Amino acid sequence: MPEKSDIPQGTLDLPGPLHGFGIARRIEQISGNFLAVNQGTLYPLLLKLEHEGVIASAWGTSENNRRARFYRLTATGRKQLQAETRDWQQTAAIIARFFNVKAEDPA
Amino acid sequence: MKFLRRFLIRLANLATGRSADQRLQDEIAEHLAFQTEENLRTGMSPTEAQRQAALKLGPAQAIREHHHAEHSIPLIENLFFDLRYAVRMLVRSPGFSFIAIATMALGIGATTAIYSVIDATLLHPLPYPNPNELVRVEDNLPGVGAQRVGISIPEWRDLESSGIFQSVAITGRGANVNLTGSAQPLRLSFKQVTPNYFAVLGVDAQLGRTFNPQDATPGYNLEVVISDGLWRREFGADPHILGKALLLDNDEYHVVGVMPRGFRDQGSTSDEQNVELWLGAGFAGVPFPPPLRSSRLRSRAVLARLKPGLSVATAQGRLDALVESLNKQYPAEYPAQTKWAVRLVPLSENVVGNIRQSLILLFSAVGLVLLISCVNVANLLLARASVRGREIAVRQALGAQKTRLIRQLLTEILLLFLLGGIAGFAVLFSAQHFLLRLIPESLPHINDIAIGWGVLAFAVAVSAAAGIIFGLAPAWLMSRVDLIGTLRQEGRGATGSHARSRIRHILVVGELALSLVLMVAACLLLRSFWDLFQVQPGFNPERVMAVRTWLPGPNDPTTDPYQTATKESVLLREILRRSRTLPGVDEAAIGDEAALPLGHSDPGRLPLIREGIETMDNQAPVIDSPIVSPEYFHLLGMPLLRGRVFSDQDVEGTPEVAVINQAAARTYWPNQDPLGKRVRLHLDTRGLASPAQPVWTTIIGVIADARTESLADAAIPLIYRSSYQRASKDLAIFLRGHLDASAIPAQVRQQVQSIDATLPVFHAETLSEILSDSLSVRRFSMEMVAFFAATALLLAGLGIYGTISYIVNEQRREIAIRLALGAQRGNILKMVLRRGLRLAAAGAALGVAGALIVSHLMAGLLFGVSPTDLPTFAGVTLALTAVALAASYIPALRAMHVDPITTLHSE
Repeated sequence: MPEKSDIPQGTLDLPGPLHGFGIARRIEQISGNFLAVNQGTLYPLLLKLEHEGVIASAWGTSENNRRARFYRLTATGRKQLQAETRDWQQTAAIIARFFNVKAEDPA
Repeated sequence: MKFLRRFLIRLANLATGRSADQRLQDEIAEHLAFQTEENLRTGMSPTEAQRQAALKLGPAQAIREHHHAEHSIPLIENLFFDLRYAVRMLVRSPGFSFIAIATMALGIGATTAIYSVIDATLLHPLPYPNPNELVRVEDNLPGVGAQRVGISIPEWRDLESSGIFQSVAITGRGANVNLTGSAQPLRLSFKQVTPNYFAVLGVDAQLGRTFNPQDATPGYNLEVVISDGLWRREFGADPHILGKALLLDNDEYHVVGVMPRGFRDQGSTSDEQNVELWLGAGFAGVPFPPPLRSSRLRSRAVLARLKPGLSVATAQGRLDALVESLNKQYPAEYPAQTKWAVRLVPLSENVVGNIRQSLILLFSAVGLVLLISCVNVANLLLARASVRGREIAVRQALGAQKTRLIRQLLTEILLLFLLGGIAGFAVLFSAQHFLLRLIPESLPHINDIAIGWGVLAFAVAVSAAAGIIFGLAPAWLMSRVDLIGTLRQEGRGATGSHARSRIRHILVVGELALSLVLMVAACLLLRSFWDLFQVQPGFNPERVMAVRTWLPGPNDPTTDPYQTATKESVLLREILRRSRTLPGVDEAAIGDEAALPLGHSDPGRLPLIREGIETMDNQAPVIDSPIVSPEYFHLLGMPLLRGRVFSDQDVEGTPEVAVINQAAARTYWPNQDPLGKRVRLHLDTRGLASPAQPVWTTIIGVIADARTESLADAAIPLIYRSSYQRASKDLAIFLRGHLDASAIPAQVRQQVQSIDATLPVFHAETLSEILSDSLSVRRFSMEMVAFFAATALLLAGLGIYGTISYIVNEQRREIAIRLALGAQRGNILKMVLRRGLRLAAAGAALGVAGALIVSHLMAGLLFGVSPTDLPTFAGVTLALTAVALAASYIPALRAMHVDPITTLHSE
């Protein structure tokens, strides 16, 4: 289990809480089915994040009136998400620059 | 932070046993419902929709396991399972568990006990800050074979300004002083020290102050620092003690400070460590000799604190350079042939001294016992492996991983060892008061021996280490069962069991070898001790008592009532006259402390200047010189060989005379007649009142050698002088007769104090007691090693018994078949015994080789017996073989009585 990229980008940056199925669904939609993993593996990961205090969960009622467990980002989680987003963007930008330099300006 | 939070939550979950499984199950059910609904919407059939949802979710069981692993901590959880299982297994076979735990308790308990002694003596010998900087400085004159000749004041000043040391202090070696003024005159142990002494040790007073290190008073500065013990005992912990005047040997000193509770002076003897008074002195003015390079302060020690970060070796190098330049600068004071040298000795070595060797011997012995107990338990574990083979095979067949099995078996073994260690510690802890009484009092730091947390930590660490080392192999072998064979209940020829029995043989052979080593060591020590005990001391200690007194030696000689030998002899003759009237006393004599056989720790050696041979006391050999009254030789039964002993007419004013022993005659006048030869014993610190011009002393008699200095050493040169010609302060009154040992001290005290009420009377002992005390450390190590050897022999016997029983048990079928085919029962017996004998022979051969090495290492502790003493080696080997045979005999009998019919039927 890689420590750093445990939070799938964008999936948790939502205004409201989401249940497990919803999260799995969003990963599928956003990744365009490229990240089609066994959805069940999400639950141990969610538990780990909860233990780390970056997300919190509670039972609630879903849109079609079913009982479901909802996950939401905590304040700490939000901060971490921002930090990691920043880090990621920086890294991506630097890598991109390397590719660009090579293509445009070999001198 | 995040990691910690996660860990703590998991730990809490583990501790409370809370499970998240239900929550996961619910969530998965919901998840599947959502997915199925969605699938239905895409037009799948209900069955297909459910199937696809489950597929998309993945393996539910694996997810549950991951989830659980995340929820709690599997490593610790498994450990708990293993422990619970281990406890169940231990309880299920209580006999095995008891024997294993008791064996380990014995091994670890004994090791821990010796460790606690070593911890107090070898490991933490110096209760001062930065003890590594503390050194003793020794002046030697190797050119004339003189050791520790003392420092001179100019040399001390050179050392102080050399830049090698933070500070250098001169100290006495602990001497007696009379504290008068209270109900009974008290004899106390004191030290004269330069004012920087406490600064060198790095300890300050708890009340008041110590001496001012800058104080340069050449003689006594009339200040005294007292110990916490004396302050509480004699002054009721009076908070206004500072400034109080104490009359010490008739001189008035003022108390300036009280040392903290638990402060102990440095030194190798208990006398020195029990110093209760410290007097500041500059050693350079009256009453000390003038500060010349040639006047060395004999019987003083030099203690120094090195500059921080300087190693002893580096400091020694710089000191050697300094000595060399001084040798060049003052050729007259340092004649080349004396080879003046200054040596630095770490103080820790000095404190422990010759006890080190005995303690190391004991620790090695106890280490061997521990090793043997470990081997024994490992052997037991292997024996059990065959019993538990089936259980392990079943568990493996059900899919248990091998590493998991080893971990579980190791947990079980570790638990066993740890329980043993804790049991050993518990026994030690509850028996500590009894055990401490076994330790001889002459052991340094005996009061610091404590069975505390440090010792418990040691016991636990040793048991854990032993458990891992000796548990890994059995655990690994136990897990290596032949599945099919074992399950078919025909595992006898299986490879696992083969390797096991080979290892068991090796273990038993090792065990036997180790116990042989221990037994040889114990027997050699026993014989040394016995020889020492039986040695003819050359004097007769029977029915002799010695009672001590101390005459005051005031700083101003004119106030000394016993200033000269003439004045003192009046007192001595009166003491002798009155002593002879005591009930039971046949003979009485007087001597100084050096005359007390085996009872003095540090003899005051004097340079022996023979007429016409030596000219300076710097070059002279040194010799012990007791001062005795004429009756001394007869009272102790030391026969005169030539000439005469002292008479009552040898008094001050008549020519000075001396008696020497044979060893002195042999050493200093080889092939000559020593009678009539003249010598000078120069520089007696007590002799300042005597004429400035030293007079020649004539040798008038030779007595037979006696082991009065050391029982182990037959011939140490001695020169005796007469009490009536030489005044001495430290007196011993010798009495021979049918004495009532309990009444004598009071009777002598009454008689002495009716002559002079200020004299203390103390330390009444019989010579036999002194003799036996002088052997106490030897006796202690001998008894301990003998005890360990007996333990080792018992364990080895048990080990060989266990192994042979096991072999017999494994071969029941074979034996039964042999019997059924007509083998004689006697042959079966012989066959089994032969096995035992073969093991014993291998063990003995290995053991003899080991014992030869060990006995040479401990040669320094032996007396009168060679390290390769044949009778000892032969006897021990025989004894070991006998024990091995006896231990094999019981299983051999059982083998002989195997009933072929039932045995073969049951298989």
